[in-house]
Amino acid sequence: MKKLINDPSQVVGEALEGMALAHPGLIRVHRTPDFIMRADGPVRGKVALVSGGGSGHEPMHGGFVGRGMLDAACPGAIFTSPTPDQMLEATKAVDGGVGVLHIVKNYTGDVLNFEMAADLAKEEQINVKAVVTDDDVAVQDSLYTAGRRGVGGTVLAEKICGAAAETGADLDAVTQLCRDVNASVRSMGIALSACTVPHAGKPSFSLGEDEIEFGIGIHGEPGRNRMKHERADQLTEMLMEPIMRDLPFKRGDHALLFVNGMGGTPLIELYVVFRKAASIAAQHGITISRSLVGSYITSLEMAGTSISLLRLDDRMVRYWDAPVVTPALRWGA
Amino acid sequence: MEALDVGILTEWLTRAAQRFGAEQAHLCDLDAAIGDGDHGANLARGFAAVATKMAGAETASGLFKMVGMTLIGTVGGASGPLYGTLFIEMGKEAANHATLDQSAWAQVLAAGLAGVMARGKARPGDKTMIDALAPAVKAMTGAADLSTALASAAAAARLGAAETIPLIAHKGRASYLGDRAVGHQDPGATSLAMLLAVLAELVG
Repeated sequence: MKKLINDPSQVVGEALEGMALAHPGLIRVHRTPDFIMRADGPVRGKVALVSGGGSGHEPMHGGFVGRGMLDAACPGAIFTSPTPDQMLEATKAVDGGVGVLHIVKNYTGDVLNFEMAADLAKEEQINVKAVVTDDDVAVQDSLYTAGRRGVGGTVLAEKICGAAAETGADLDAVTQLCRDVNASVRSMGIALSACTVPHAGKPSFSLGEDEIEFGIGIHGEPGRNRMKHERADQLTEMLMEPIMRDLPFKRGDHALLFVNGMGGTPLIELYVVFRKAASIAAQHGITISRSLVGSYITSLEMAGTSISLLRLDDRMVRYWDAPVVTPALRWGA
Repeated sequence: MEALDVGILTEWLTRAAQRFGAEQAHLCDLDAAIGDGDHGANLARGFAAVATKMAGAETASGLFKMVGMTLIGTVGGASGPLYGTLFIEMGKEAANHATLDQSAWAQVLAAGLAGVMARGKARPGDKTMIDALAPAVKAMTGAADLSTALASAAAAARLGAAETIPLIAHKGRASYLGDRAVGHQDPGATSLAMLLAVLAELVG
């Protein structure tokens, strides 16, 4: 597998250095422990948002650090949760005195490490709350598993909650909003190819020419079942059906449709998926009033897509439209 | 040998770091089958960091607390907090004993088990490191002497790890696979069994 890397063990650090050089006006990169924070942080009197997770999902989360979104992001090794010392230092660095919200994707490692970090932060008198996102409908049985995974909905929660914090919402309000977004969004993904973690040097699983993996997460882990590849419209139907049934979405709902690329799928194919997903939503009387299309929560070079559908209320629409100035999302400013 | 002292424990963890370095690819392969393929790399990185910090540890308790904090800060994933908690809780219990004889070591290991179960909320049969650690703790009781107890614990852990093969996982990333996790040995149980095997080999 050809990759643009120098040394597998230095990929995360060298990418962080590149980000710092590319976006000096937006972010600052702290090394040892590693975290990315907004260039003008800490912002006094503003609730701070901290997220983090394994690397390999770029632009999430570091690309979402900046005004109107995250205050800090902690990158772990590739597909590996960051550690509590990173989260603690990031939390202290961006605390504006009115509390910090940790947005945590529901993966065992992320949850355990953020729990330990929150315990440590509380010992230092920082008011920390946490919301665990779990929008992945591919996980059907939450009783006998680690529960639904946090996937595409996390990006939407970070944007909406970041805007709320920017406009002065307090910690309780931002926390509740994050829970509300998480409760209103459902996601589902497929992989057309596997991905290769640099230090592993070989693909995490293998798919035949005519096979896809249905119900994947974002770590190259195999999904729930493997099936024959189909046309984009059929695959989109298979993704949309469990999403809409789960919440359930109802006639008259307004929604944000997020068609995400897993890293190795071109934008032109994502629009083909968007076309069909929007038409399915319309057939069910759901108005797609906001959208996001692109590769925002990825799995290295994996080909594939995930669809997230968020039922909007007026408050979410207002915060979605609010200005955001980060390396990966930027509008209204 | 009647009891484990800080010198032996330091040697144990030094050799464990070597073992995890040598078994890195094997543990990553086990993890790739039902997880994301990084367990060996993460443990090798964590124990390599431990190995550089052990000089000067004066007590088993102090040593284990340092090991726990180092693993939490360097391993990442779920294994970091879980292995870290194991050693931190072992360190707390070790502080209650003047010498780590057979009975004391059984209590130290049991405290580690309790800590890991509280942190990860897994139970025996969930296809996790608990499936190696819980039988090891049980096997410590009733052995004739310390080296026999350590050998029994290592054997029980190895068997426990092998017995994860037919299980469906209920915790961690493997739990998302449902029936597809069946037929694969749990990497966390495997690494835990390796850790106890290194100690048994050293003392036996």
